[in-house]
Formats: sequence, structure tokens, C-alpha cells
Amino acid sequence: MKKITNLKEFACTPDRFQGGHRLCPGCAHGMIVREVVNATDDDLVISTATGCLEVCSAIYPYTSWDVSWLHIGFENAAAGISGAEAMYKALSRKNRSYNPDKNVKFVAFGGDGGTYDIGFQSLSGATERGHDFLYVCLDNEGYMNTGGQRSSSTPVGAHTTTSPRGRVSYGEKNRKKDLTMIMAAHGCPYVATAVPGTKHWKDLATKAAKAISTVGPTFINALSPCTTEWKFKPEDTTEIADLAVETCMFPLYEIEDGHKLTITYRPKQKIPVEEYLGRQGRFAHLFKPENKWVIEEIQKQIDEYWEYLQRREEAGV
Amino acid sequence: MATPKDMMTTWDKIQPGAVLPSFEDPEHKVRSKFNSFNYKVADWRVEKPVFNRDLCIDCDFCWVSCPDSCFIVEEVENKRGKKQAKIVGINYNLCKGCGVCVDVCPTPIKSLLMFPEFMDNEEALKQWPTKDDKK
Repeated sequence: MKKITNLKEFACTPDRFQGGHRLCPGCAHGMIVREVVNATDDDLVISTATGCLEVCSAIYPYTSWDVSWLHIGFENAAAGISGAEAMYKALSRKNRSYNPDKNVKFVAFGGDGGTYDIGFQSLSGATERGHDFLYVCLDNEGYMNTGGQRSSSTPVGAHTTTSPRGRVSYGEKNRKKDLTMIMAAHGCPYVATAVPGTKHWKDLATKAAKAISTVGPTFINALSPCTTEWKFKPEDTTEIADLAVETCMFPLYEIEDGHKLTITYRPKQKIPVEEYLGRQGRFAHLFKPENKWVIEEIQKQIDEYWEYLQRREEAGV
Repeated sequence: MATPKDMMTTWDKIQPGAVLPSFEDPEHKVRSKFNSFNYKVADWRVEKPVFNRDLCIDCDFCWVSCPDSCFIVEEVENKRGKKQAKIVGINYNLCKGCGVCVDVCPTPIKSLLMFPEFMDNEEALKQWPTKDDKK
């Protein structure tokens, strides 16, 4: 496990995810992926589910990846990486491995569409079979690559193209699926949530290093603010991510062995959720007088969930 | 391997020094021809960040939050003999001008500021705000 003590040392690592990709200016995907692939010294094999990250980082004939990279469909990023892992294991057992001295680790990246909805079956199956890999979900709360449709990760009240705001509707009506808890219930040895940015960079880097070095299926759910569809200025990306943590809309915690929950960051003073919602264009309609009750409902849900996390941490079950 | 014909080359066509690592490169790294490092995304930019070495405290917040990895980092040794990153500049071929680096810069007078694309870097450094301007 690579020891990451401070940023001055961490910045000496040569980048394995190079710039020159065509992600939007200020996209958080780039920040998260860079931190995850730089958090280890081992050789990496990466598979990426269809989404923003895949189509932007490998435009022929250029590639942004300085590691082995597998292009794969929307629904089978986890299946692909588990196949690669099984092959590597089999070859090293037969002493036919390409470089037996080196440690090879397996990482899969997927957006929330390819993880919460479409790729969920392959992720669940790969976890059940107990392959040694890390799955990182880049959660931008919708199908942003195809024009901002809703996914099962979209929070209540958000405006998307398939849950539009208007006279009749206030946006998305269903609650966000709690995938981190679902993955913990699969019995993953390590499950965590993370955000990009300067305030919590160490949190993300240590979680990634820990997850990669853990044997068995591991999962990181990383919030990735989307400038185009969440409708905020590109330079505010890190601020929005920090606000999501400070308002407890996206609390930071980790679960070991499927039950031992630890809250890794506790906001000193919980900020009301209006601060977070007001910064984004997709929630602008909630501030009309007839939609005020939705904000209260969201605040109530957040408080309940935060209380649940704290009680679960205390109980240690 | 399917490659475009103009990218394919033979041994007799390679220039001296093309295979060996170039030691002028601050990162001491050789990249393949197909790495997107060699691609330019600079035409996306409307405003560019300008870096002021005199005000920088090497916190490396800009390095960690840059989505395009366009900060050029040099490895130096500090007083205790530990290795440490020193920001030396910005790779303007990769920068899309999102402005996250300016937003996260913690120094009292920011060591990174956004300036219009057409302005020269030297001219921008002359226009840098001082402590008196702020008051």
C-alpha cells in the first residue's frame, strides 16, 4: 500500500491519466480518476463502462491512459475486469504470467448509469464471485453523456430532461438509490464514499489506496459534480463537492467487512441544504413558493439519514 | 495493430535522441506518440490562468484539483532531504481554462489569476494586484 502523507510528496507522482482528454472544463471526473490511479505504485488494468469518461479519454488515435485499459460496454465493466483478473490468476498459477515479479491490480470505472442501473447486474455478480478488484462509481446523478436524463441516482427535486420541471411536476420524484449500502450488504470487504477537491483530497487518496490494497471486491462511490447538467460555473466544482459534504447531502463514510461503519468526516456545523441546492440551476425551481415543501422534505430525509449513520457507527454493527 | 499510416515509422527514419528520454523534460518521462499529452485542447479556452512563481507557496492544491493535469511539476529536495514537488508552470496545450486552480489557490494574493487569452504572460504579471490594491 502506497503511503500518502502529504500533498507535496503526492504531487511528485508522474500522472497516469494524462491531460488532453476531452472532458468538459472543470469536470470532476478528471480529478477523481487522477487521484485514484496515482494512489498506487502497482501496475493497473482498468476497464471503463460507456459514459463521459470512456468516450472522452480514448478518441482515436489518442489515449489519455498510461496504464492498460479495456474498452467495454455499458453493462459489463465489472464483468470485463473480473474476467481479466481471473485470467491473470490462472496464468500466474501456471507460471505463464507476463511479468511475475510485479503486482497487478484491477480497477473498473463506471458512471452512475453504468453502475446504479445498467451495469448493476454485472457488478453484483462480480462481487458475489469474490474477484479482487476495485469498482469506482463516478456519481454525477444522471445520464450526462447523452443529454441529462434521470437515473436512479438522481436526487428528489432535480430537473432532468426526463423528469422536467413545470406547472405539473417539481422534477424527480423518486428517492436516490443508496448503492453504497447495497454494496456493503453484498459483503464487500471495503466500501466507501468520496468527493473530489482540495478539502477532502487525502480522504479520497487514502480510501483509494486502501481499497486497491484490500483483497476482494471493493467499491468507492465518488460524487462527481457535472458543470453542464447541474448548471453551475466550471470553477465552482470543488466548492459544490465540499457543500455536498458539509450539508450531509453526500456524507463521507466507509464500511469494512460489510458491517463496521466509520464516518470519516463530520461537519462541525451542518449547513442547511438550501445552500447546496441554491448553487445549482437544476434545483432553481424548488425556490418558488409552491415548491418550498420539497426542500423541507429533502432536509428531513437528510437529517434522518445522518442520524441513522451516526447511530449505526455508535452501535458498531 | 491498426495505426494511421502517417504515425508509423521505421528505424532509419528515427531522429537521434527520439528513443532516449529527453532530459530537458521536467518530468523525465517518455510518452508514446498516441498519448493525448501530444494533443492540443487549447482552442477551448477563453481565459487563461497565469502563474506567478514569486507568490506561490507550493501547497500543490492546484495540482490535485486540476482535471487536465496541466501543472508542470519539478521534483526538488527540501531542507530535510525529503522529495517535494515544485510547481514551475502551466502546460497551455492541455489547459481548458476552467479556473478551478484559481478558485482553490489559498495565498492572500492569489498566485494564479485568470487573464484574457490574447494577453502576454509578461504583461499579465506586470498587472498583478499588490497588497495595497486590496485595501
